[in-house]
Amino acid sequence: MSGHSTYEPKTGFERWLDTRLPIIRFANDTIITFPTPKNLNYWWTFGGVLALMLGMQIVTGIILAMHYVPHVDYAFNSVQRIMRDVNYGWLIRNLHANGASMFFLAVYIHIFRNLYYGSYKAPREVLWLLGCIIYLLMMGTAFFGYVLPWGQMSFHGAVVITNLIGALPIVGPSITTWLWGGFAVDDPTLNRFFSLHYLLPFVIAGVVALHIWALHVPGNNNPTGVNVTSKTDTVPFHPYYTVKDGFAISVFLIIYAAFVFYMPDALGDVANYVPANPLQTPQHIVPEWYLLPFYAILRAIPNKLAGVILMFGAIATLFVLPWLDTSKVRSMRYRPTIRLYYFIFILDCLVLGVCGAHAPDDLVIPGVSGLQFLDADLNSYVWLSRIAALYYFAYFWVITPLMGLTETPLPVPDSISAPVLSHPASAPAGAVASPEKRG
Amino acid sequence: MADTVAGANPDPHLTGPSPVEGDPNRRDFIHIAAGVAAAGLAGGLAWPFIDQMNPAGDTLAMASIEFDLSKVVEGQQVVVKWRGKPLFVRYRTPKEIEEAIKDDHADLRDPQTDESRHKPGKAQYLILIGVCTHLGCVPTFGGGDYGGWLCPCHGSVYDTSGRIRRGPAPLNLAVPDYTFLSDSKIKVG
Repeated sequence: MSGHSTYEPKTGFERWLDTRLPIIRFANDTIITFPTPKNLNYWWTFGGVLALMLGMQIVTGIILAMHYVPHVDYAFNSVQRIMRDVNYGWLIRNLHANGASMFFLAVYIHIFRNLYYGSYKAPREVLWLLGCIIYLLMMGTAFFGYVLPWGQMSFHGAVVITNLIGALPIVGPSITTWLWGGFAVDDPTLNRFFSLHYLLPFVIAGVVALHIWALHVPGNNNPTGVNVTSKTDTVPFHPYYTVKDGFAISVFLIIYAAFVFYMPDALGDVANYVPANPLQTPQHIVPEWYLLPFYAILRAIPNKLAGVILMFGAIATLFVLPWLDTSKVRSMRYRPTIRLYYFIFILDCLVLGVCGAHAPDDLVIPGVSGLQFLDADLNSYVWLSRIAALYYFAYFWVITPLMGLTETPLPVPDSISAPVLSHPASAPAGAVASPEKRG
Repeated sequence: MADTVAGANPDPHLTGPSPVEGDPNRRDFIHIAAGVAAAGLAGGLAWPFIDQMNPAGDTLAMASIEFDLSKVVEGQQVVVKWRGKPLFVRYRTPKEIEEAIKDDHADLRDPQTDESRHKPGKAQYLILIGVCTHLGCVPTFGGGDYGGWLCPCHGSVYDTSGRIRRGPAPLNLAVPDYTFLSDSKIKVG
C-alpha cells in the first residue's frame, strides 16, 4: 500500500494474475513484508484481536440469524430454543453475546493505547477518525443486537434509547415515531432493528478496510512516538508481528473462553431472562457494561435535552481530539505531567462506569447522608457522576490543550533504534530510563 | 467553459456572434437540466424509502379502545395497553384529589391545574399515558414523595395529578384524548 513493492511473482500463474489483479502482491505488501516498527509492545496487538472478534461476531451472528425469529411473539422463545434445542446453539449464542463484551474490551484497550502513545496525532488523524466511526457503529450494532432477545432489559433499553432522540426540540417526537414505526417500541421496531443489526457489521468491515488502508499510508506509530527514520527501525510484519499478535490472540481467547464456558451470564442482566412486558419497567434499568460511562453522563444532568447533548458530546469530543492536542511529542513516555492526568482519566472512566451501574440516589459511602447540595445528596452517585463527567470533558478540552503548551517534555530519542543501540551514558537520560521502566 | 466548448465543437445552431464568456449556451442548459432532473428523481425516490419506516396503515388503524371504569376500585389503578403503551386508569381518593388541588399553584415545572387534567365532574378518574416523559419508562404506582408515581429508571416523581414534581422528566404525564360514553365507560383515542 505504501512505498515500493518487493513482491516478485514466482510461478507463471502468479505472473499472469499479477498483471490482471495484483491481489497476491497486495496481500504480500500488507501482511507479509509490511515494514513495522521493531519496538511495538503488547498494547499494539489489539488491532489483530479486534479483527478476529469482528470475524467471530459476523460468523456466529449469521448462524444465529438462521434460527432467530424477529417477531414480538416469537423472538424471546426462539432465543430460548437456540439455547436449549438447536445443536450447539448454546455455544454459538454464548460466543456471540460474550463476544460483544470482548469486542468492546479490546476496542477500549485499543483506544486507550492510542491516547497514551498519541497515535491520533498527525499524520494519523484520518486513521483516528475512521476508528471513531467504527466505535460509533459498534455501539449502534451492540444496541440493536441487545434488543433482539426481547427480554425486559432489551425492551426497556430500546424504549430509553429511542426516547433520547425525542429530547430534540420540535422534530424529536416525529423522529421517534419514525424509528418505532408505531406509537411505541413494538413489532415494526424489532424487525427493523434486526435488519440493521445484520447490516451494520458489514459496514464496520468496510470502514475497517479503510482504517487499515489509512494505517498503511503513514505506517504504525510506536511506543517512542518518533517517526521511522531508516530501515533498521523496522521489521517485516511476518513473522515478527503475526507471531506476536498470534500469542496475544491466544491469551485473549483463553479469557473469552472462560466467560463463554464458565460464566456466560456474568456480563448480562438477569432481567433479560424475563420476556418483554411493555406495561412494567424493571426496577433497575441499566445498559450493558460497555455503555455505562455514557449512561452516567446522561443521568448526571437534571435536564433531559442537556443530558442527551452531553452524552453525545462525550463521543463527539473524540472526533476533534487530534486538533485539541497541542503537544508536538506523541508518546506520553516523554510527557510525565500529562501522564498523571491520563491515568486519572482512566480511573475517571471506570468511576463513570460504576456510577452508571448504580441508581442515581444510591449512596456512595453507605450510611453517610444528609449533606444535601442543590438537588441531591453529595454522597450520592448523582454527584459522583457529575464530578466524573466534568473531569471527562476537562481532560480533553482543558488539560490536553493546556499541557501541550505548558509542560516540558523529557528528551525524545532521535530514532527508534537510538536509545537501544547507543551506550546508556551517551544517550539522553530520560530517553533511556523511561522505555526500560515502561517496557 | 462556453468558449472552449463552442470552440472545440462548434454548435451549428448558434446564431450571431460567438457567446460571451460565462453566458450559458444550450450545452450548459442541458447539463443543468440533467443534473436537476437527476437530483429531483433521487429526492423523490428517497421519500418512499424514508417514509416506509413511519407507522403503517394497520398500525394506525388500531387506534382506540373502550374501558369499563367499574373495574377500578377506589384508591387503586388499572393499567391497560393502548397503542402499545400502558394507560393508567386511577380511581383517586378524596384525599389524593385534595392534595392535587392544593398544589395547583405550587412551583410546578409544567404548570397545569388538577381540574384541567380530568373530565368535569369526574375528578376521581385520572386517565393518563403511563410513560415517563423523560425516557419512556413506566412509573410505579404510589411511589415518590407526592403519592403519585415514581419512575424507576431515573427517579422522576409525579404527584397525584400526574404532574412532574422532581427528577429529570420535563413534562407532566400526558392525558390522552378520551370521552365518557356513559357514566362508567370511556373511549380512549
